This record gives sequence, C-alpha cells and structure tokens, in this order.
Amino acid sequence: MAQSQLAEQENGMRIQSIEALDALRQDILAHQDPKRPILIVCHGTGCLANGSPKVSDALRKAIAKAGFQAKVMPGIKTTGCHGFCSRGPLVIIKPAGLFYQQVKAGDAEEIVNTTLIKGDPVERLLYRDPNTKEPIPLEKEIPFYKHQQRVILRNIGKVDPTDIHDTIAAGGYQALAKTLTTFSPEEVISVVEKSGLRGRGGAGFPTGRKWRSAVAAKQKRGGPVYLVCNGDEGDPGAFMDRTIMEGDPHAVLEGMIIGAYALGCNQGFIYVRAEYPIAIKHLIIAMDQARAMGLLGQNILGTGFNFDIQINRGAGAFVCGESTALFTSIEGRAGEPRPKYVRSVEEGLWGKPTVLNNVETWANVPIIIEKGADWYNQIGVPNSTGTKVFSLVGKVNNVGLVEVPMGIPLGKIVEKIGGGVPGGEPFKAVQTGGPSGGCIPYALKEVAVDFDSLTKAGSMMGSGGMIVMDRRDCVVDVARYFLKFLEEESCGKCLPCRLGITRMREMLDTFSQGRGNKQDLDDLMGLAEAIQDGSLCALGGSAPNPVLTTVKYFKDEYLVHIEQQRCPAGVCKDLITYHIDSEKCTGCMVCARNCPQKCISGERKNPHQIEAETCIRCGICMDSCKFEAVQVS
Amino acid sequence: MIKEHVDIDDIIERHPGKPESLIFLLQDIQAAYNYISPEAMTLVCDHIGVPLTQAYAVATFYQSFSLEPKGEHEIRVCLGTACHLKGAPRIVSELERRLGIKPGETTKDLKYSLDTVNCLGACALAPVSVVDNEYQPNTTTPKLVRLLDKMVSE
Repeated sequence: MAQSQLAEQENGMRIQSIEALDALRQDILAHQDPKRPILIVCHGTGCLANGSPKVSDALRKAIAKAGFQAKVMPGIKTTGCHGFCSRGPLVIIKPAGLFYQQVKAGDAEEIVNTTLIKGDPVERLLYRDPNTKEPIPLEKEIPFYKHQQRVILRNIGKVDPTDIHDTIAAGGYQALAKTLTTFSPEEVISVVEKSGLRGRGGAGFPTGRKWRSAVAAKQKRGGPVYLVCNGDEGDPGAFMDRTIMEGDPHAVLEGMIIGAYALGCNQGFIYVRAEYPIAIKHLIIAMDQARAMGLLGQNILGTGFNFDIQINRGAGAFVCGESTALFTSIEGRAGEPRPKYVRSVEEGLWGKPTVLNNVETWANVPIIIEKGADWYNQIGVPNSTGTKVFSLVGKVNNVGLVEVPMGIPLGKIVEKIGGGVPGGEPFKAVQTGGPSGGCIPYALKEVAVDFDSLTKAGSMMGSGGMIVMDRRDCVVDVARYFLKFLEEESCGKCLPCRLGITRMREMLDTFSQGRGNKQDLDDLMGLAEAIQDGSLCALGGSAPNPVLTTVKYFKDEYLVHIEQQRCPAGVCKDLITYHIDSEKCTGCMVCARNCPQKCISGERKNPHQIEAETCIRCGICMDSCKFEAVQVS
Repeated sequence: MIKEHVDIDDIIERHPGKPESLIFLLQDIQAAYNYISPEAMTLVCDHIGVPLTQAYAVATFYQSFSLEPKGEHEIRVCLGTACHLKGAPRIVSELERRLGIKPGETTKDLKYSLDTVNCLGACALAPVSVVDNEYQPNTTTPKLVRLLDKMVSE
C-alpha cells in the first residue's frame, strides 16, 4: 500500500474530513490493477485448522521461485472465512474467480505453473457437481454459493481484515461518512426503524425501537448512555458472529460508530467469547487502525464527534450471552442475570441506559444507511426484513456458513444450498436456535425461515445455528444433550432453572436407559411449563424448548424408548448392542486392535465377532471400521 | 504447556486498580501461569480493592479459570451439537478411561489435563479436539490415542 501511504503522509495518518476519506478511497482504487492475479487464501478458523497457513506460505514461495516480473507479480491475500468450510482449505484466484478446494501445500507449484503462468485450471482441485461429477470452475456458479444472497458477508473472503485500506477500498466507512454529513441522530434512528431491522441475537426485538427507548431514557435520566456489542456467541453449532468479527471487523465497528452517533454515546464495549482468539485479534487490529486514521476515538472524521470502544473477553460462561448477565460480567463480577422489571435501555451497564445489540445486527447497520431503508426492507418478508446468516452443520453435505433472505423455506437451505444429507436420504429434523430452540421435522420442510414462522413451529430463529439430523440421530439423545448443556451452564441464581433442568435431564436419562414410564412423559410436560413460567432469564425460560418440540413432533420415538426399551436411531448406549456384519467384514483386524476391552475376536481375513458380555459399547470399533461392518442393533 | 516466566507484578500493573479490572487480571494470570495461585489472588485483591470472597466467586464461576495447576499437555474435546452428533461423547469417555480423570481434571503426574468445550465453532471439522492448542480435525478415538502414545514416547 505504498501509494496510499503517500496520500496519508500528506494529511498525517488521520483522515480529517469526509472528502479526505473519499479521496483516499479513490487513490487506493486508482493504484489497483484489476487484471493483476490475486490468490485469495481462506484463513477462517476452519481452513486455518485444516492447514491453510502452510498453503499460503507454499504459494508465496512458489511465486517467488517462478520469477515473475514486478509488473505482473501475482499477489496473495489472506481473508476471513468463505463459508464453504467442509471443502477447505480454499484458494480463490481473482480476477476470474476460479475456485480451488482442499488445497494442500504440495499443490502450490502446480497452481503457479498451470494457472498463473499457462492460464489453465488445475482440474483435480476444482469443485465437482456431486451428481454429474462435472467440474464447476467458478466460485459464483457453485450451488452452495449460487442460491445465497450475500449482503452481510459481501466483503468476507474478499478483504484482508487486517488491512483497513482494503476495507476502505471496498466501500467501508462510506455509510459513516454519509451519516455524519447528511443525517441528524434522529434521522438515523428513523432509517433503522423503517428498515424493519430486528435483533439477530435471537429474540428479534426491533432495533430502531430499542434505540429510540434508550434516547428517551437518556433524556429522562441524564448522564451517559452505553452501547454494547454482544459477541458472546455461545450457542453450540453457531459461528456466524465469529466469522463476521474475524472476516469483516470494520463492519461491526462502523455499525457501532453510527449507532453511537444516533444515541449520543461516547463509550462502547464489545464482549467476545474467550474461545474466539482470532476474532479478538482482528478486532484489536481493526480498532487500532481505525483510531490511527481518525475513524474511531476523538474527533471522528474531523466532525468533533467522540466515540471509543473497549473489548472485554468472556471467560467461559454461556449465560453471559444474556444481556444483564453480560453487563455484570463487564462490571467485573460473576455473570448472573437480574430480573428485567426495569429494561436495559433504562438501567443497563452500571445502571445507565444501555443499548445491546448482537454482532450481526451491528454489521447490518452500515448497509442500511448506505442503501436506504426502502432497499433493505425489500429483502426478506414483511415482518422479518433483510438477510440472515446461518451456520449449516451436522449431517449435511455442504457444511458451512450461508446467508439467505429471510422467509426462505427451510428445506431449500438444507437441500439446495446444503446439498442434502450424505447418502441422499431426506433429513430427519433440523435443530434451530441452539439450546433455546427446537427440532423442526422433515414434514415441515416448507416452513419459512423467519422470526415468526419458526416461533410458531415451536422453535426459534436464535442466533442462527442450523443443525441437520438424519435417521441415525436420536431425538431423545439430542434433547438430553441440550438439557445437560444448560444444566452445566445454569448460573444457579433461580430455582426453576437450577433444579428444574436437572430434574428434566434425569427423566430423559431414564428414557434413554429404558427405565421410563408413560407417566414420566406427562410429568415432563408439566415441569417444562413450570420452568418456562418461573425462570428469571431466557436461559431457563427457553430451556424446555428442545424437549417440547421433540415430544411434539417425535412422540413415537419417545414411546419406543419407554415401552419397548429400544432406541430406533441406535444411539442410546444402554439400549443397543454392537455386532459385526460378517458379509461386510474383511477381517482387517483394525477394530480388534483398537478395542479397549479386547472383546473382538477373529482370524485375519475372516469375519470377526464381538463378545457382547464384555463389550462396554464404547463405539471405537464402529468409528475405526472403514467398511461399515460394525453395526448397531 | 510450559510457559515463559512473567513477573506477576508486571501483570498487575497492566490494569487500573478498579473492581472492574478483576476479570482482565484473572485472564492475564491464567494465560501466563495456566492457573491462579492463592498468592496471585491476594495480590489481585489488594490491587483492585475487592474482597477475596468475591474474587473466588468470579474465579469459580467462569470455566476458563483454574485454581489448580494444569498438566503439561492440554486436551480439549469439543462437545458442540455437531460434534455431539458425530460421536464426541465416545471420544471423551475413552479419554476418561485411559487417563483415569474426568473433564476438568489433571492427571496426578501433571502430564495431561482433559477438558471439554461447548463449541469451538469449527463444526465442519466435527468431531474436533484441540491438543496443546493445535486443532485436530475429524478426531477419532484411535487417532487421539495414537497422538497420546506419541507424547508419552517423546
């Protein structure tokens, strides 16, 4: 970025005016050669874990070795998550948009020689249509991407999140400039209200209305108003917010600065989960760069407006995703929620009016300001406008992050974008909304994915985790899993949640051990209702949802556990036995070697047997068999 | 994991002497020493003016703080929903059996610590575990056991 650094030197590092921001952007763009090949290597958490740093290093070396002339020297850019995590590490070659999947360091020289020098694709690295086996060379043609509408994720996978110039070139901070020059704070709130934006953290409260209440509370009570970004993405199976913080941190900052202007706020907080070290690192880099350029801190863009942000790392407590628990955690105490007789917009952090919005909600704000409320509320459906990012995981072919307009049928996400369940059978259920949500069965696959329709189906939007289950997943086990999760995460302050969830889990234990009776099922429903009504916060209030929806849609499966002591999915350990299919077994002896009980016998190249009496049903034999010969009955 | 020595006073001085610094301080101490010793706790409380009881309430409330020294090798198994469906509980029970400890505990010889984590958000790699900060995509019990054996022989 030597060219734009020149422009900065003339003005000092800080951008002193809206015009200077625009000039800087034009300057960066003017110095970019649109024809220059750029190798984009995904450095999202998924690809990083799969070895993408080795890939980018190898590509860098291969390019240096190839001896390009300086004029046509290909560039390498590392970006946030591209979303198609099950195919990582991913390399995209711009400007054409060639998509290479499962790239290894050893492929680097071939990519440089074949694609960059000769201009041909490396066939074996291309994505292939799972049915026709035909290669699909371009990223935008791949079904996983083709059926998405990427608004919030538009820059993720395109910009280098550690270089603010890249974000500015892509249009970052334009909405902030527009806000500071053309809107009064009141007008910003009106635009957000008119856009129909609802909170992306789970409850779906209208964002504009929340902001307006905070302004009213501030006028009534005087003193400061605080602004909080909730990045404590605790729902298991959800990683949308992490991806946004890692891949486009400036979108979150810009949204917060615009919000701060609207609310007359000078201090904001971002509360990030401790398990997300890269998100924290990228946010800190982004904040440092934004401060150095005069986009954050004192006298933003020379307008006299001051706003700064502090990062608080979580310390491993799911309940801190609840707004009042999060506030107590920022205050330095154990994160226990408090009753909400008085709302947070009136008395939040340190008892002052506080606006808390989720990461994705803040990232929606800049595009709403930039393109207008009318443009935004055309996307989606009337009561749920805009797009929503989901993490599509579990028993689905294309695991990853997807962004779709609200109101899209659930089945379309799983089947069109996700490519369906491995093996081609229909999915059994989709779990949405994390531990507060529920399981939606295949029969409801046409249900519209929006706030109200999902709630009507007994589940909820939640923060956006979508876990696909197939016939080998047991609903009793899944409901028990979530109860166990919440039992451990309950802060213990109120009784219905502390004892009620434990009691529910114990009842499900009896089902999964074949010791339940039908009366238990009725008692379970009664207890669920009491916990919903009596809990202090949403953790307890929504805790029974996974049980309620699975009983509602899969009652037969519960009854089979209770009446026949059988687990049809073959999951509940006490109700199954393992055996070896003698036709499939090749006698490779891998299971026998791995068996901790040494209860598998048989000669090499002859079918093996499991001795049922000694077997502890650990499942290692099934996990290690390559021929699917170990089966459950 | 063996950590480099960091002077505790340097950590304490990094944060202002206010009650809201408590979590920041405990996090930095945990990161530097892998656990929070009673001596460190007293120093923190003196610095920020918070009673010991409150500091212990916070340290025991949050999962990421440990009051016991952690083992040389840290094994964390993800128990997120996707990992659960793909067999993570089986991995945890086998590790429990082999190491003779429950999640959250450390072996007597201070060699291994076993922990579970609610979700690492790397669901495409399920079941996933982290051994000494290195991700192990598509973990299977035999794979993890081989890795443990390798550590022993090193």
